[in-house]
Amino acid sequence: MSIDIDTARKVAKLARIRVEEAALPDLARELSGILGFMEQLNEVNVDGVEPMTSVTPMRLKRRVDVVTDGNMQAQILKNAPDAREGFFAVPKVVE
Amino acid sequence: MTTPNSWTITAAREALRKGEISAVDLTMSCLTAMDAGDALNAFVHKTPEIALEQARAADARLKAGNAPDMCGIPLGIKDLFCTKGVPSQAGSNILKGFKPEYESTVTAKLFDAGAVMLGKLSMDEFAMGSSNETACYGPTVSPWKVDSRQLTPGGSSGGSAAAVAADLCLAATGTDTGGSIRQPAAFTGITGIKPTYGRVSRWGIVAYASSLDQAGPMTKSVRDAAIFLGAMSGHDAKDSTSADIAVPDFEAALTGDIRGKKIGIPREYRLDGIPAEIDALWQKGIEMMRDAGAEIVDISLPHTKYALPAYYVIAPAEASSNLARYDGVRYGHRAKLAAGDGITEMYEKTRAEGFGPEVQRRIMVGTYVLSAGFYDAYYNRARKVRALIKRDFELAFAAGIDAILTPATPSSAFGIGEMGSADPVEMYLNDVFTITVNLAGLPGVSVPVGLDQKGLPLGLQLIGRPWEEGDLLNHAYVLERAAGFVCKPQKWW
Repeated sequence: MSIDIDTARKVAKLARIRVEEAALPDLARELSGILGFMEQLNEVNVDGVEPMTSVTPMRLKRRVDVVTDGNMQAQILKNAPDAREGFFAVPKVVE
Repeated sequence: MTTPNSWTITAAREALRKGEISAVDLTMSCLTAMDAGDALNAFVHKTPEIALEQARAADARLKAGNAPDMCGIPLGIKDLFCTKGVPSQAGSNILKGFKPEYESTVTAKLFDAGAVMLGKLSMDEFAMGSSNETACYGPTVSPWKVDSRQLTPGGSSGGSAAAVAADLCLAATGTDTGGSIRQPAAFTGITGIKPTYGRVSRWGIVAYASSLDQAGPMTKSVRDAAIFLGAMSGHDAKDSTSADIAVPDFEAALTGDIRGKKIGIPREYRLDGIPAEIDALWQKGIEMMRDAGAEIVDISLPHTKYALPAYYVIAPAEASSNLARYDGVRYGHRAKLAAGDGITEMYEKTRAEGFGPEVQRRIMVGTYVLSAGFYDAYYNRARKVRALIKRDFELAFAAGIDAILTPATPSSAFGIGEMGSADPVEMYLNDVFTITVNLAGLPGVSVPVGLDQKGLPLGLQLIGRPWEEGDLLNHAYVLERAAGFVCKPQKWW
């Protein structure tokens, strides 16, 4: 599968990574190369094989559904680039 | 007379317990070596105050008696581990300035056992790389040097490998998603083990590909690896994939006796284009195991060649999801915004500025293979192939194989800037022998076995049964003793 420039633009958008228009042809070529490498997987007969969900068969531990942590607002906000009045601050999202 | 920074954990443990050296003096020796090793660019955040405080506490415990094995042992910590109040950047600009408010389970366990942290070690950005060249700190340089070139220590745990090989610390933590402990260990002539998936808690380790990531020790000997791994391992309620299985005494498993054990030699690991020296080293390793009384068995792992492409679907898919958290809101870098920029521009500019090219590439590959219309063709198919790769190993072990012997890397260390600049896939091929082990969740250890004609270290890999790290390390111990590898890099830095 070869990636065209429109697809590269769409993938960058989905990934929320700004890619300048001038850089899209190179990106498309790189992604095509990597995806071309993956085409080998089509040689494998995977009929009747279940996709792996867990490399080690294990049952997730259960616990009582109660709050076990909390009351650490200052610690949570400590590394924020912009925190105000106990909240994370971001550009306006509602018109 | 060697200086204490060059000691093994085993030697230091004995000297500390006998009172022949204090933890403070041992730590000072390492801090001096660390400061003299800046040309290697291995330690990127130094923590001498923390180290000396921990060393003083270790001395008090040693004096009181019954101190744990790791008490007073100076370590380097890979930048991927969150350490409270200390920069933990995963080698990325997007985490610049991030100081965790918590301690990873692994480092907490090590500190509880009295270990000393000298500082944080460089790594490929988000552990994506095999040469330490994608680190935001610039490349780490290998202490091994045979001509005018600067060589890579490998990656992604390249800072850890360089620091241990150059005796800046006694040992270091590493993490391994596709070979990131074993490949740099092989490149620098040290020992590195990736344990069974679930043996070591991933909590507080910056995530790359969660179904493949596993932390482990990088050390100067197999015995050191056994001691160090024991201190890292164990169930953790904070990591739902950590296994609630008792941790055996790995060091006690080092009997040096592998008589009657069956060593599998997978024919699919004989690759075209691999240097004859690698094949010769492998043959030498086979003979060492045979001489030790093991039975050598040719085996087949038929899906081996599909491991790299499967990995480069699964790992980027998981990475694209894991790295979605770096959005400029909660921690790390946020781009400067122009007038009128909204939240989408904030995300896009922040991630374009904060992530390096290889990380961006993998996030976008992952985004693509998970997108509607391609999920089945790529992601689900890769997960099915992964199941087949795991089954190959299960069949080998069910047939009575105790351990599998392979080369660790397809070459010795290469020069900085020599690999993958034109084609990212060229760099990916470095992990051809190690990557199957992550996909199958198995333990794998790299042991230094010899030097190539250039004078650079080469390693062999042993792969073990799940949860049998003790038995695996015993095989590695036999290989280590037979190989008698004692070479060290000549100090030039």
